[in-house]
Amino acid sequence: MKLSALHQSYLNRRSNSFRSPTSVDSSVDGSGKSLIALFWLILHCLCCLISLLLGFRFSRLVFFFLFSTSSTTTNLYSAPFRPDLPVKHLDVHTLGRRLDPGAATNNFTVASTTKSSRVVVGRHGIRIRPWPHPNPVEVMKAHQIIERVQKEQKSVFGVKRSKMVIAVTPTYVRTFQALHLNGVMHSLMLVPYDLVWVIVEAGGATNETASIIAKSGIRTIHVGIDQRMPNTWEDRSKLEVFMRLQALRVVKEEKLDGVVMFADDSNMHSMEFFDEIQNVKWFGTVSVGILAHSGNAEEMVLSMDKRKEMEKEAEEESSLLPVQGPACNSTDQLVGWHIFNTLPYAGKSAVYIDDVAAVLPQKLEWSGFVLNSRLLWEEAENKPEWVKDFGSLNENEGLESPLSLLKDPSMVEPLGSCGRQVLLWWLRVEARADSKFPPGWIIDPPLEITVAAKRTPWPDVPPEPPTKKKDQMPLSQGDNTVVVIPKQQQHSTKIRKPKRRSKRNKHEPKLTDTTQVSSSSSKRQERN
Amino acid sequence: MKLSSLVLIFIVCNLTFSTISAFRLSRSQPTERISGSAGDVLEDDPVGRLKVFVYELPSKYNKKILQKDPRCLNHMFAAEIYMQRFLLSSPVRTLNPEEADWFYVPVYTTCDLTPNGLPLPFKSPRMMRSAIQLIASNWPYWNRTEGADHFFVVPHDFGACFHYQEEKAIGRGILTLLQRATLVQTFGQRNHVCLKEGSITVPPYAPPQKMQSHLIPEKTPRSIFVYFRGLFYDVGNDPEGGYYARGARAAVWENFKDNPLFDISTEHPTTYYEDMQRAIFCLCPLGWAPWSPRLVEAVIFGCIPVIIADDIVLPFADAIPWEDIGVFVDEKDVPYLDTILTSIPPEVILRKQRLLANPSMKQAMLFPQPAQPGDAFHQVLNGLARKLPHERSVYLRPGEKLLNWTAGPVADLKPW
Repeated sequence: MKLSALHQSYLNRRSNSFRSPTSVDSSVDGSGKSLIALFWLILHCLCCLISLLLGFRFSRLVFFFLFSTSSTTTNLYSAPFRPDLPVKHLDVHTLGRRLDPGAATNNFTVASTTKSSRVVVGRHGIRIRPWPHPNPVEVMKAHQIIERVQKEQKSVFGVKRSKMVIAVTPTYVRTFQALHLNGVMHSLMLVPYDLVWVIVEAGGATNETASIIAKSGIRTIHVGIDQRMPNTWEDRSKLEVFMRLQALRVVKEEKLDGVVMFADDSNMHSMEFFDEIQNVKWFGTVSVGILAHSGNAEEMVLSMDKRKEMEKEAEEESSLLPVQGPACNSTDQLVGWHIFNTLPYAGKSAVYIDDVAAVLPQKLEWSGFVLNSRLLWEEAENKPEWVKDFGSLNENEGLESPLSLLKDPSMVEPLGSCGRQVLLWWLRVEARADSKFPPGWIIDPPLEITVAAKRTPWPDVPPEPPTKKKDQMPLSQGDNTVVVIPKQQQHSTKIRKPKRRSKRNKHEPKLTDTTQVSSSSSKRQERN
Repeated sequence: MKLSSLVLIFIVCNLTFSTISAFRLSRSQPTERISGSAGDVLEDDPVGRLKVFVYELPSKYNKKILQKDPRCLNHMFAAEIYMQRFLLSSPVRTLNPEEADWFYVPVYTTCDLTPNGLPLPFKSPRMMRSAIQLIASNWPYWNRTEGADHFFVVPHDFGACFHYQEEKAIGRGILTLLQRATLVQTFGQRNHVCLKEGSITVPPYAPPQKMQSHLIPEKTPRSIFVYFRGLFYDVGNDPEGGYYARGARAAVWENFKDNPLFDISTEHPTTYYEDMQRAIFCLCPLGWAPWSPRLVEAVIFGCIPVIIADDIVLPFADAIPWEDIGVFVDEKDVPYLDTILTSIPPEVILRKQRLLANPSMKQAMLFPQPAQPGDAFHQVLNGLARKLPHERSVYLRPGEKLLNWTAGPVADLKPW
């Protein structure tokens, strides 16, 4: 449809340019039309021949420019980048002409309008400024605008009166404590509401934990209990329950007013979680995604394969992420809970904290529940009757889940569009029992010995000399790459060689590819 | 005594209503009242202010065409079809032509589609001419005024010029028979041949259900600064560049393709509507014609439209203060678009967003079925009502002829 746009553009441009108003206006005449057509055909053939000679498409625009007078101003704009056109085109095709708007006589109007439009039809140049790249000052301004708009959005659509968030975290000093606690700390630092962080530590309140949480800048209450954290997962979760209850007692005594959530130190929270819990009235529950796999990649792959097989056999839809949370009927009312299915892991779950096996959650994890702190107070107005009095709770009975705090579990509010949104993820990963870590994860003073990594080519090692021994292995060969050290430096490396060999010997039994081991050892013998 | 107390009550009521309306808190966002150059007319009710008579044309002018190609119901020119359906069941319709203020001719000129879905305008002048001949011979009302109290819906690219190419459209000009009628069209550009004085500019048709089904929660933070999806170069029809969009779209691409603030590309993602709701500014540059459905989409999704089209006339320009709502950028200023947009003060941006959030603004851009109060159909009727009463000069003396029935290209005179 628009194929002959260019064709028409030439005719029309001629008709509305004030330079050559005469020749084409008569084209309306019938005989003139056929003459023009013939002329156009000849011109087209000429251009085709020239294109054949030159090797690229030769535009008829050139004739137009050649035969025009230079009285009009030509504005040369920088060339647009067209990846599909070859580069040679650019000087011919990108000349943009902006016909002088005011002076052009309008020959094309049928109805004689006196005003002429400021806008002219035809080819225009593509304007590109001299440095078409982002200006950092403007990027900064734009970000400030975005921030202002989002602040306005939040004030209009977000929560009108925000409640304080009370985060309860049981922790203890161990290798991965810094990893987990920093994660939770950074999440809590991003929360846009008032926050109090109650940290209960097993084994007493230590300076290590205090130094980690001091970096947060949020209001913290650091409580220690004397018992040490036991070594099995089951006992650990029992102690954690005890620690959480301690924290709730602190909340009750301090009369903190807000929403209590349980931020276990290895959990991961999304920011939407904190927005959602603002909606809780008394006692709410959210869906928790369970990441039950341990750090063992092989076992994870095996279990995934097994699960795929099971899926194919049983033809049942099992979601890839097990979720613990409220179950609702079609009218969004709470009817029960989804809990974690422990059957696939029977007998294979971790018992001790450093076992290399899947760590399973409890039936109902505490982190999936939030409650209004007024439930814990002694006297609070409008306290519902379906809540047990916290002060008279007997812990020795053992609290399985936060639902034991309530007389009537059906009054719990499901949050996160009735549990459809997974707002936090549960994970337990701990290091080996014999793992050592420097206090505060700071190595002070710095180590004296630096050992070269086997595979890294050091920049100050000169390249291989052109005369190679036959038995020297090439640099990149499978797992056992050897940095070939040239002869000049052997005196310095002689000390190192036995060490490396000994290290390699130590690691040999663990290599899975035994053939390579034998080849490397044989080659080493050859060299020596 | 009674009179003064009544007057007092009246004044008090006025004051309370004006303060309430100044900052009307709808269910969620505070919005601002929209008053254009014609006043606060977006919520006017046209019922009772005008009467429209709908001609009963043979179905070959409307229904049969639609049966041949039902795609006409969904493309952006569908306003002509829905206008007829609305008028047939509207309270402004009258079956007595003697009392009618306006006459409507339901002829679907934009329904001859290519396999791709683009309308071909080549037969439209003949179809229009044939329809007018029919009504001129069967009813006396056309000859009475030579069409000055008739209105037609011509939603094609360049309105009643009936061509998709601007130069050809300018060459043809508005169809001579429609020179005195009121045209309801989507095209609008100041001082252009194809925009007649007194025309009513309407937005292009955008499917309301489709847009409503893609709404996301309003509290989703707007994190994209500038958003645009569409062509920058039309390689098929304009291989050398500089012709399509008068080079403006290409300039946007060349200047801002590596700017992280500008989320622009030619891909058509499935989350197009959702992304618009996450953007602060949406570019609405011209294409082959200055108007586009992007304006409607930007208004519905609360994204401030950045209009890059010189001298464009936007829909319902006398009822909607587009200068306060959108940002107008001259085509020559496109290389400095980032400077222009970042130098707008945040209060102005927030005010524009409040104006856009006004539900009457969103309603005025849509053609819902069935019609709802304040929608585009009603705005068209409001516009027609504002042109009443007709001047004396509209009515011709008997025997007087102002239109030349044989003017125009020869091909147009053939029967349809």
